[in-house]
Amino acid sequence: MSPGNSPKKVYLLHAAVIAVLFALNFMLPEYHHGVLARVMVLAVFAMGYNILFGYSGLLSLGHAMFFSAGLYGAGLTVSHLGWGMAAGFAAGIASGALLALVIGVLALRTTGVAFMIVTMMFAQVFYLLTLYFAEWTRGDEGFVLAQQARRIDLGDLHFNLTDPATRYMAALALFSVVLLATLAIVRSAHGRVLVAIRENEERTRMLGYDTFANKLAAVVVSGVICAAAGAAYALLFGYVGSTFATVQYSILPLLWVLLGGAATTLGPLVGTLFMFYVVDITSGYTSAYLLIVGVALILLVLYFPKGILGTVRERWIKWLP
Amino acid sequence: MSFGPHLLLATLEGLVTSAVLALTALGLSLVFGVMRVVNVAHGEFFMLGAVLAWWIASLATGHPAVGFLLALVVSPLIVGAVALVAERLVLRRLDYNPEATIVATIGMLYIIQQLALTFYGPEARPVEAPFSYRILLPWFGYSGYKLSVIAFSAILLLATWFVLTRTKIGLVMRATQYDRETAQAFGIPVGRVYAGVFALGAMLAAIAAVLIVPIQQAHYLMGLDPLLLSFIVVIIGGLGSLRGTVVAAVLIGLSDGIISVFFSPTLAKIIATLIVAMVLVFRPQGLFGTAAR
Amino acid sequence: MAAMTPLLTTRDLRKSYGGLRAVDGVDFAIVPGEIRAVIGPNGAGKTTFVSLICGRVPPTSGQIVFDGNDITDLPAHDRVRRGIAYTFQITSVFSNLTAYDNVALPVQRTLTDGRSKGRLHAGVMSALERTGLADRADTVAGALSYGHQRLLEVAMGLALRPRLLILDEPTQGLSDGEIEGFMQLVREIARDATVLLIEHNMQVVMGLADRITVMNTGKILAEGTPEQIRANAEVQRAYLGTEA
Repeated sequence: MSPGNSPKKVYLLHAAVIAVLFALNFMLPEYHHGVLARVMVLAVFAMGYNILFGYSGLLSLGHAMFFSAGLYGAGLTVSHLGWGMAAGFAAGIASGALLALVIGVLALRTTGVAFMIVTMMFAQVFYLLTLYFAEWTRGDEGFVLAQQARRIDLGDLHFNLTDPATRYMAALALFSVVLLATLAIVRSAHGRVLVAIRENEERTRMLGYDTFANKLAAVVVSGVICAAAGAAYALLFGYVGSTFATVQYSILPLLWVLLGGAATTLGPLVGTLFMFYVVDITSGYTSAYLLIVGVALILLVLYFPKGILGTVRERWIKWLP
Repeated sequence: MSFGPHLLLATLEGLVTSAVLALTALGLSLVFGVMRVVNVAHGEFFMLGAVLAWWIASLATGHPAVGFLLALVVSPLIVGAVALVAERLVLRRLDYNPEATIVATIGMLYIIQQLALTFYGPEARPVEAPFSYRILLPWFGYSGYKLSVIAFSAILLLATWFVLTRTKIGLVMRATQYDRETAQAFGIPVGRVYAGVFALGAMLAAIAAVLIVPIQQAHYLMGLDPLLLSFIVVIIGGLGSLRGTVVAAVLIGLSDGIISVFFSPTLAKIIATLIVAMVLVFRPQGLFGTAAR
Repeated sequence: MAAMTPLLTTRDLRKSYGGLRAVDGVDFAIVPGEIRAVIGPNGAGKTTFVSLICGRVPPTSGQIVFDGNDITDLPAHDRVRRGIAYTFQITSVFSNLTAYDNVALPVQRTLTDGRSKGRLHAGVMSALERTGLADRADTVAGALSYGHQRLLEVAMGLALRPRLLILDEPTQGLSDGEIEGFMQLVREIARDATVLLIEHNMQVVMGLADRITVMNTGKILAEGTPEQIRANAEVQRAYLGTEA
């Protein structure tokens, strides 16, 4: 990035966010402690989406399939093949990577609106497959991972993922790794190329970049991060079901990223957290949760297209990555 | 029943599906063709048309035909008005940016669906057919109403075709579709054309829905299938092509029944969705044409 | 020196859009180190012709050879990597990125390791200095004046360290003073690169070009030194007569 940027401030800010999240583990009451663990995992999903939508400018309506690939990749191997936590997590990520590669090669032949529709249709196929193979996936109803399966034993160290504190720390660890990875990608040469593709693909090609290969890399990175979120979700919260493969779970990361600020590293966390509490608070008054999602989407595209952190960056803190 | 009559029955049922699908898909195709935006809430306009039809029919007394005909007129008008308001308040302010429009219409989808659930409820409710005459064929009796749905849709499609190709309204629409800036320069009120087309598209979906409620019950989640099927029809049939839309609707409507005879409905949907996705991937130029940026 | 092998040759190059023959059987050669101008009336096929060379548009038929290799079927980005750079007729800098980032994009691609921050910085600043934009490195490109955006476009082309730099109407919309500076810059560039220039401004063409190619209706009408072209009666009729 240009010499005017402030790497020190940027690293300090991200370290501070992680430190605050760490401290909250010891301070939050039980309910909010559980919420935050869940939000961090879903924020990882949103960060994966942000790599593709925010930085590369590719609007996918099918990211539920990558999240679910991780979810099922981990859930099925652990529950049916008796794999351990680490192997299950790896299986989830591998499923996501493979799926993203195939979908990327196909869907990237299209652009714009066609890309949105194609990704939505592939995700729909994935969702229907989870219903079709109900013998293993148990379809809509889903299945629960056995308590005793959700343990990690490293020599003398024993982690029990059903324990709230352990679960919180595991979610925080994943969140921190992905946040720092996002930051590294964004500040890298490759990140600059992705932004260039978003701004003007033809021009980027005429600077000698294979834009297809770069976009494919972005799809795979994005798919892997989303799959990691899905795998973590399965292992930390112990439930796997086809709800997570529905169109709604493709729309939600879009909503979170739009709300928090597309193409900002911390936007996905802000958006996910904000939306989670908006729904949580309003659900005390109304069950019309979808209404809130719908109104939020329309208000965001109409009046607030840059989202919370995007607006903050534009108005006040220019160095925000 | 032997194979022949069985096939005839399947074909008739398929034609009813095709007729309703052609109307719905035509609405989506018009909006995409003229305005170059994808309306994800199209299926919800369909659902709204069905739910309103139930409400209107339940208010009317006397012969069921009175309620039905009232619904056939009033429900599309209300849906058209809703679409008009949505277009003025949201789409126009987004300047019809294709991606922002999709996000906004997803928002509308959720809003309409939730409002239907809140005010109409989760039940599935039927509307009584305007007449219950059964046509007696040598092998089986067949609902006269279903046949009239096919006929009515055909007439409506012909009327739309006539308006699009033979009238000044159609010319204005085609000019706007061809080149928005030039049309504006020639004094065509592009904004009003867009609003009209968006309302018209929604009304076609609502008419299709009113026609289907005596056969299929009204339910707040009924919009998803017509939306996906309309996408499929529009993509296979090619955009802005009325003939392509009708041919594709007949093809999909007929094969939908036949595929589900041989495969489970889920597998049928998987195959159909996958095929359409592949068509989009490998032949996007002929299908989404200039809309792809 | 006289029998120098051409850097770029096209053989019977054609491009049709429907029935329109935009480029109609062009045989063309340019030798290393020269400044070549392509002129012709609007619609003569100049931009289509250079678009075929840089790979933005695939040809209908014909062959393009660059540095002894057939590049007809190579994608655009591969051609850029081999040393063909194209600056757009309509300014298309990345308007939301800073001038620095705009130039960093081509520079980082030419660096073999791509990681050394020092070399990246040096490369970017050198391209910005050559075009006189060094003090505007941190300005967002969209906020630069039109003339500076054109210069930034050239800086991006330069930063690719091209062997053949294609400039598509680079002086369009520039003031006289800016044009003067621009001509100086092109002469400097030509010391280590070959320049192919599409230009309407005759003063620029006559002042810069070693040789001139005149196109009309997709074909090459004439080719020669500025003096020869000035004296060519056919060119006078087809082009200079109507415009100059």
